[in-house]
Amino acid sequence: MFEITNPLKSVSRRQPRARAAREADNPQSPLLRLPEGEPLALDSGASLAPLQIAYQTYGTLNAARSNAILICHALTGDQHVANSHPVTGKKGWWATMVGPGKPIDTERYFVIATNVLGGCMGTTGPASTNPATGHPYGLDFPVVTIRDMVRVQVLLLNHLNIDQLLCVTGGSMGGMQVLQWAASYPERVFSAMPIATAPRHSSQNIAFHEVGRQAIMADPNWRGGRYLDEGVSPTKGLAVARMAAHITYLSEKALQDKFGRNLQNRDAHTFSFDADFQVENYLRYQGSSFVDRFDANSYLYVTRACDYFDLAADYGGSLALAFKNTPTRFCVISFTSDWLYPTSASRAIVHALNAGGASVSFVEIASDKGHDAFLLEEPDFHATTRGFLSAVADARGVRQAAVAVPA
Amino acid sequence: MSDSDIDERVSDLIAPAESAAPPERLDLLVVSRMVKRGARVLDVGCGDGALLKLLRDTRAVDARGIELSQRGVNDCVKNGLSVIQGDADTDLVDYPDNAFDYVILSQTLQATREPRKVLENMLRIGRRAIVSFPNFGHWRVRLQLLFRGRMPRTDTLNYAWYETPNIHLCTIRDFVSLLDEVGACIERGIALTRYGKPVRVSAPWWLWNLFGAQAVFMLERKSARSRT
Repeated sequence: MFEITNPLKSVSRRQPRARAAREADNPQSPLLRLPEGEPLALDSGASLAPLQIAYQTYGTLNAARSNAILICHALTGDQHVANSHPVTGKKGWWATMVGPGKPIDTERYFVIATNVLGGCMGTTGPASTNPATGHPYGLDFPVVTIRDMVRVQVLLLNHLNIDQLLCVTGGSMGGMQVLQWAASYPERVFSAMPIATAPRHSSQNIAFHEVGRQAIMADPNWRGGRYLDEGVSPTKGLAVARMAAHITYLSEKALQDKFGRNLQNRDAHTFSFDADFQVENYLRYQGSSFVDRFDANSYLYVTRACDYFDLAADYGGSLALAFKNTPTRFCVISFTSDWLYPTSASRAIVHALNAGGASVSFVEIASDKGHDAFLLEEPDFHATTRGFLSAVADARGVRQAAVAVPA
Repeated sequence: MSDSDIDERVSDLIAPAESAAPPERLDLLVVSRMVKRGARVLDVGCGDGALLKLLRDTRAVDARGIELSQRGVNDCVKNGLSVIQGDADTDLVDYPDNAFDYVILSQTLQATREPRKVLENMLRIGRRAIVSFPNFGHWRVRLQLLFRGRMPRTDTLNYAWYETPNIHLCTIRDFVSLLDEVGACIERGIALTRYGKPVRVSAPWWLWNLFGAQAVFMLERKSARSRT
């Protein structure tokens, strides 16, 4: 079912990794370059300049500039929402959701997706070249927050001359950006759809992220974060981080149904530490394919940004205050089998919105796919998304897409 | 309870529909006509959103809902309604006081685990509560139990005893006596026969309780009334 590759033993696929490394500075995406003279002030107190923002757009912005939807990606996602990925060649991570006739219909909406600040697909991050030294930033890159990520997206929207987004949506870490958008810039967000997310990172969430970071930093090839300069890569550590994280994205039932205790291409246990079980092989595959496209330091930074996220803390401990008198219409979505960002976390958001008198819909989608359900074909999820967007677009006077004539 | 407590303009409430509500949902029409235009409304157990849609389209209200079933919530969201998947028994406590002008419970009271608490929460969240429910004191219900010796099944209560979601059935009189305990008073009240005809408001209580297949009450907190 998958090729047997053990990323912890032997990975020598330099080509895609070289491609991925090029994406950091010279991505195959439209770029907004902000001048050196306008540094971005970050939550940490540091400031960053110059800054570049890599993004993708789909569909057409209407004359009233009222049909723009911003999609915020999750931890290891990127701006390649619905186009083929420049490094892996795979189709976009939300190609099932975004496109002509899809729930986020590019015939009707203008879709924007950026690579987050601290990412490794073209927006400035630790793999980008630090102009002060001519070397990659590595750990000299300032620690960024979800709010910093949103600040960068605001700069892009200003550049695109879009005053108000029809909707901001995204799952997981993308959902945190959605919440931050709605709290920080309510007048610029007509509607918001946070999916499979939480108003703050729980202790368990932080714990899993710390396991991933420690795995990376324990890899001798990490070299204190200077691996790019030294021509090596902490692939083993990054693969372990991905393997551990991947388990949290699935439900126990999904793993059991998919793999059970099935053996991988063999009839009996080998009494060794080979990948006897299919589930081991699957995780190794996930780990090894991940290191080809993602920068290890970037993983440290984006996980840290999630850990620091606690929206209520910015509003005196009251999440309701974050959304007080908000004009934004919300649709909050969670999945029954998601134990990473469980329904209780979404309910906390809904309660806060209710207390603030906001217009809010909430749907808990029945799914056994775990946290990753938001990336998959879930008919009820897609129907809810389609319905909510269509209703807010009608309310904002965005014209319907022309009825497609079946070929 | 005097007749003057009951709304005089029943004819307003059940006048021929200018809206497209199907006749079998006359209870929705009655409820919708109790709501002032442009009000903030929470419909608890809103189902597929039929009442909310009616209220939004004919009364221009700010319509919100709570519904247990995913199917119902999806239908509502598709229609642009703000509906939360939730449970009347557990989720009303999270709403702040006086958040709505009306909190509506349409044909759902008898299916809640704690009807009294639900009612108290409704009166806390809303300035007014509107409750409609099937009357277990209706003559057909009484006769079925009396002569057949079987749990009654009627148009409004069409379930076998072992699978009914209706776990807290009551008569109109039962309901009215609960209102005293929760500190509510009736601002308007109407009973509908099984053919959707109103029982005459001048009729005595025992007649309501016998011929009303369902009842619709608009309630107010006693404390709220004494202030005004």
